Amino acid sequence: MNRVQETDRWDVAGLNLKSRLFLGTARYPSRKILMDALAASGTEMVTVAVRRVGLESGPKNLYKDLTAVGYHLLPNTAGCYSAKDAVLTAELAREALETDLIKLEVIADEDTLLPDVEALIVSARELVGKGFKVLPYTNDDPVIARKLEDIGCCAVMPLGAPIGSGLGIRNPHNLELIKSRASVPVIVDAGVGTASDVTIAFELGMDGVLLNTAVARAREPVMMARAIRAAAEAGRCALLGGRIPRKFYAEASSPVDGLIGSTPKTT
Amino acid sequence: MAAVVTLNGESCPLDAANLSEFMAGRGYDSGRKGVAVARNGQVVPRTRWESTELMDGDRLEIVEPVQGG
Repeated sequence: MNRVQETDRWDVAGLNLKSRLFLGTARYPSRKILMDALAASGTEMVTVAVRRVGLESGPKNLYKDLTAVGYHLLPNTAGCYSAKDAVLTAELAREALETDLIKLEVIADEDTLLPDVEALIVSARELVGKGFKVLPYTNDDPVIARKLEDIGCCAVMPLGAPIGSGLGIRNPHNLELIKSRASVPVIVDAGVGTASDVTIAFELGMDGVLLNTAVARAREPVMMARAIRAAAEAGRCALLGGRIPRKFYAEASSPVDGLIGSTPKTT
Repeated sequence: MAAVVTLNGESCPLDAANLSEFMAGRGYDSGRKGVAVARNGQVVPRTRWESTELMDGDRLEIVEPVQGG
């Protein structure tokens, strides 16, 4: 079967990928459901956090389990509230995981988990200087996205809605603006609540979608992961297929000539 | 008084001459991937564990990947 994913590869952070989905690994009911859901989604890139040893509740050997399957690991700086903490966390992640990739998050406050873009820009600049491939989680702000690209980030990851909110794509026009001006991949990070949100993101022209809670906290995570995969493919096909223009009035789809009772045209 | 270090925010006796020995004592040999250590706010690459001497009052952070979004 000639599925779109096989002919629709993309490049990000020096990698050539088939799947346009990045999946988070947090909040799953069990390690087995996590691994099954990742497989069902078709993802090739998964995010992890770094934390003090011995404090993780639940099963260990995450690194072994994920690398055994061959996933690319994208460590994050989740939970960092300052540029200093984010930079040290990124450096620890690089040492632990032997990757230059970093999903840079600098969080402003606990209630919104929105990015502190001031600290984000400071830390992005420092990490790019230290040789990291920085994928920053940012606001849906075209100005900030441009600044992050100018600093040397290898992608920009604007939010669709706050982390874990499941509110979908709240400002589609801003995402389109970001994409129209970006020469690095644009990946929607956070906000997905269900499959159709993923389709919308790809219809808008986004290069990728990063999601976690929508799958992990679904009633049936593996089923939702399948839906997300199909939704990504639908969105990409719709984008490549090209939507029709919106019109104010109706336009008949059946022929208007040859109706019974009409006068045949001469010539 | 015996020397102590702060390990992941908790006081801990300094029972090793260098970082390599200290890590090995906690089950992390330098060949093991998926772990990283910072000493006084600076990452110490595993290739330098052996040559990194620990001192009384050092702050150590040992981290590993965990499930995250």
